[in-house]
Amino acid sequence: MAKAHVYGDNIDTDRIIPGKYTKTLDLSMLAAHVMEDVDPAFASRFQEGDLIVAGDNFGCGSSREQAPLALKTAQVSLVIARFFARIFFRNAINIGLPVLEVPHHSIQMGDEISFNLAEGKVVNHTRQEVYQATPLPPVMLNIMQEGGLVPYLKKYKDFIL
Amino acid sequence: MLPQTIAEKILSKHVGKPVYAGELCVVPVDGAMATDTTGPLAIKAFREMGGERLANPERFHLIIDHAAPAPNERIANLHRMMRSFAEETGCHFYDIGSGICHQVMVDHHRVNPGEVFMGADSHTPTYGAVNALACGVGSTDLAAVMLTGKIWLKVPSSIRVNLHGHHLREGVSAKDIVLEVVKHITISGANYQSVEYHGELLHYLSLSDRMVLCNMVAEMGAKTGIVSPEGLQLPFNFEPVFADKEAVYTRVLDIEAETIHPRLAIPHSPDNIHDVSAYAGTPITYGFIGTCTNGRLQDLQSAAAILKNKKIPSGVRLVIAPASRQVLLDAMKDGTLQILIEAGASIINSGCGPCVGTHDGVPGDGEVVISAANRNFKGRMGNPRSDIYLASPATVAASVLYGRITVPNQSN
Ligand code: SF4
Repeated sequence: MAKAHVYGDNIDTDRIIPGKYTKTLDLSMLAAHVMEDVDPAFASRFQEGDLIVAGDNFGCGSSREQAPLALKTAQVSLVIARFFARIFFRNAINIGLPVLEVPHHSIQMGDEISFNLAEGKVVNHTRQEVYQATPLPPVMLNIMQEGGLVPYLKKYKDFIL
Repeated sequence: MLPQTIAEKILSKHVGKPVYAGELCVVPVDGAMATDTTGPLAIKAFREMGGERLANPERFHLIIDHAAPAPNERIANLHRMMRSFAEETGCHFYDIGSGICHQVMVDHHRVNPGEVFMGADSHTPTYGAVNALACGVGSTDLAAVMLTGKIWLKVPSSIRVNLHGHHLREGVSAKDIVLEVVKHITISGANYQSVEYHGELLHYLSLSDRMVLCNMVAEMGAKTGIVSPEGLQLPFNFEPVFADKEAVYTRVLDIEAETIHPRLAIPHSPDNIHDVSAYAGTPITYGFIGTCTNGRLQDLQSAAAILKNKKIPSGVRLVIAPASRQVLLDAMKDGTLQILIEAGASIINSGCGPCVGTHDGVPGDGEVVISAANRNFKGRMGNPRSDIYLASPATVAASVLYGRITVPNQSN
């Protein structure tokens, strides 16, 4: 089980990881600054394995893959949004950050959550509720289950729709 | 065959059979590009995928524009890595000073009508100006394109924007039009979709104007933006791709160009659109003209028309980053640069400059910036304690002249 950190709509990639930190291959530096412009207390509140729950259009803005990488390196176990901005959504799955689009839920800050990615099922233990994620197209589900596009392409050599 | 949008037509031609909105397909990619923000990660992912040779080195472009010249040793070393990768693979390489990736791709005709282009930068849809289907992707997707020459995607549905009319009001430019479109569509309203521009006004729009219209589809969440080729002029013959008459759109937006007034996006979202007049008088200390949205010759010229024989007052600064070396040279030759420098502007290297908050003009705490860029997210320019208003180059120039947000018109 993991704790939910709940934020609002339209959280852009500039706030997930500011551009000034993105020019690096040192992922720990990304993780150190993740979400600081959304919630200055994020670093002190967040425990490894916790999850982020956002509203509409999480990850809008830039194509920087450093945004999902920063979240993954900080050990975010899952990001839930009503829907994601398209580049962020692809990037997250490509680098192996679990993401689910859940249109209806009533998760609040601090709720205890567990989930099953393959089934797209999210359980809210605090409120005793179960939510269903929007199903992924098979190609995306496959990439996610392989742990990202690098292992996927190594295995399949090509895209299988 | 059912009638098709421009996106459906371009993708059908690439996959070799008719495809329609919602279908998944694997698409051969004509050209691809990465910058110094996305390139190093793309190179790393390409190597991890076992990549040695690029699928198409002739059509792959690496460019240093986001932090150019390097502001610190960390970035300098990423630039070195890009240079040696380019040398090793034989791809095209553009070093510091070449300009902003999108401007360089268009200046050098690296993307053509009817092509599919993938760029590891969210403003890649800018190339819809030349009637191409261009999408922004992340580094790992781009690495897969580098390796396989292909990408998987869903054929986007399309929003049709009809631009009616034959001219714009005084002080109004393509930037004000696109801000109006963003206002209607909102920051997520075109998610996964293509924004297709049509209408009589296209006959009066330059290539630069068309680039502005497509550039900011990124601020609507769109997968791509494409301008119908009416009135498109390129220095070579090309096969234009038009939409079919009965093509299906998820939404049709009609805009009367003559009714648009100078527009402004207020902090902290590019879809927070108001008339400039509603915020006239708001004190500003910093103006920025540049970026892939508004750093072209016509943008510098429109600022120069306002700043000619004038002086920017003390306490206010104007930073200008020409979008490419070509723009810089053109602005030198026609005297635009001289006017801007005499007015007190600081000209910086051709590239992204302060747009993305890495260097070259980070605002201080509490400062208010008026910028011709495309994003005003909190912290975008490197300081979350500053406010960014987005407007046209003319509005930026008029505003720095008075130190207050000002509607551009003849009296400035
Ligand atoms: S000018 Fe700004 S928006 Fe355009 S590519 Fe550079 S950083 Fe991105």
